[in-house]
Amino acid sequence: MSEAQFYGAGFPYSQIKDLPGKLIVLEGTDGVGRSTQIQLLRNWLETRGYAVSDTGLRRSPMTQPGLNAAKSGHTMGRLTMNLFYATDFADRLENQILPALKAGFIVLSDRYFYSIMARDIVRGADPQWARKVYGFALKPDLIIYLKTDIPTLVYRLVHGRGFNYWESGMDLRCAGDLYDNFCYYQEQLIEQFDQMSAEYGFVEVDATKSVNAVFADLRRKIGEIFAIE
Amino acid sequence: MNQNEYQGKLIVVEGIDGSGKSTQIDLLQKWLRNRGRSVYFSEWNSSELVKSTTRLAKQEKAFTPTTFSLLQATDFSDNWENHIFPMLKAGAIVLADRYAFTAFARDVSRGVDPTWVRNLYSFAIQPDLVLYFRVPLDIAVERILSGRAKIKYYEAGMDLGLSDNKVTSFRLFQQRIIDEYEKMVGEFNFTVIDGTLPVQEEQKLLRKYVMKSLNGWKGLVNPSLRSRKHSTAAPVPQGEKA
Repeated sequence: MSEAQFYGAGFPYSQIKDLPGKLIVLEGTDGVGRSTQIQLLRNWLETRGYAVSDTGLRRSPMTQPGLNAAKSGHTMGRLTMNLFYATDFADRLENQILPALKAGFIVLSDRYFYSIMARDIVRGADPQWARKVYGFALKPDLIIYLKTDIPTLVYRLVHGRGFNYWESGMDLRCAGDLYDNFCYYQEQLIEQFDQMSAEYGFVEVDATKSVNAVFADLRRKIGEIFAIE
Repeated sequence: MNQNEYQGKLIVVEGIDGSGKSTQIDLLQKWLRNRGRSVYFSEWNSSELVKSTTRLAKQEKAFTPTTFSLLQATDFSDNWENHIFPMLKAGAIVLADRYAFTAFARDVSRGVDPTWVRNLYSFAIQPDLVLYFRVPLDIAVERILSGRAKIKYYEAGMDLGLSDNKVTSFRLFQQRIIDEYEKMVGEFNFTVIDGTLPVQEEQKLLRKYVMKSLNGWKGLVNPSLRSRKHSTAAPVPQGEKA
């Protein structure tokens, strides 16, 4: 990355000019295999001598305890949840991602604000409002969208961690049971990702393939852009 | 900001620390309640949900201007979604000690983009009356310094690195906030109150503005009063609308 670019005003009070590191974002819905791929990519990059830092949603030390408590209580309104997640994201961006990029790291981000926005919009947030909220966000060097379909997600979850309340969007209560709600909710999320894909220039990778095939695709895409062998 | 199209009325006081607004809104509240009005009193920074996060971040001095702004907006929206908005819809008078304008003044003073922070709060409605307490910096600072033991870190704007001295930093930060408030007088239709007036005189003036703002407005009806009036009427059969 040469000159830092932001989607909106960025952080006007701090002088961020050149960032020697690279920001690579892996986006995609729940259960698509992002964290597996990030682990693989981390090893692959480190073997090649790159310093790698990884980060994910709800990992800010500042907001994590409060967010977890709020999520378990189900007392949080829609707007409040949108803004709480934006706080968490801003904290990680300013205190983890930007310092790592300044220090020349490759930052692998497990999701970015696109995921948060997709979830917000599915829950009724105004898409324009949400986009402006994230006007402080740094433009990544590469956004990989792990694209999948509902049958693949269902298969993975059945053989993996099972269905849970939040990943099924149960707070929305679109359908009566966890499974129906999961399918409906994830479909809506995928629709949002597909819309954002063109808008933000996502690089799409077919995530219905095997872990190794997806990993090979990712290496190729990253290699193309950063001249990594 | 959208206009208030709900049954209730929203009245807000704004101004820097030491401008006397809290004293005055407390008197307003008691006056309105004594007149039989349904009043909900709203305070800045009062969300239980966000409290622990704010405390943690303040202790650790972990805030940046952006995260400070976002967390305050989270706090406000929790208050908005659970209290202010339902109360307005229900038809109460909501009296707010500080509102979105506090965030616009403070956060922009900390260096965030003015348009960005206005968008954060764009779900909030324009109050029916914004009473802005204008007071010279020296008077406000004197009131604060004589009134309480210690100015806190973020209150003094120490995070901005304006000065190592807390009082100096506080003065510089408050002046910035005053400048931001002054820019909003026209933008958000502030009613400017001279915050140096004697308390009683000021209250008289405020009541005049509030009366004018409530003129012709019936307010929330108290059903128990109504039913007493109609107690001679035959009871309405179940399942039928009166």
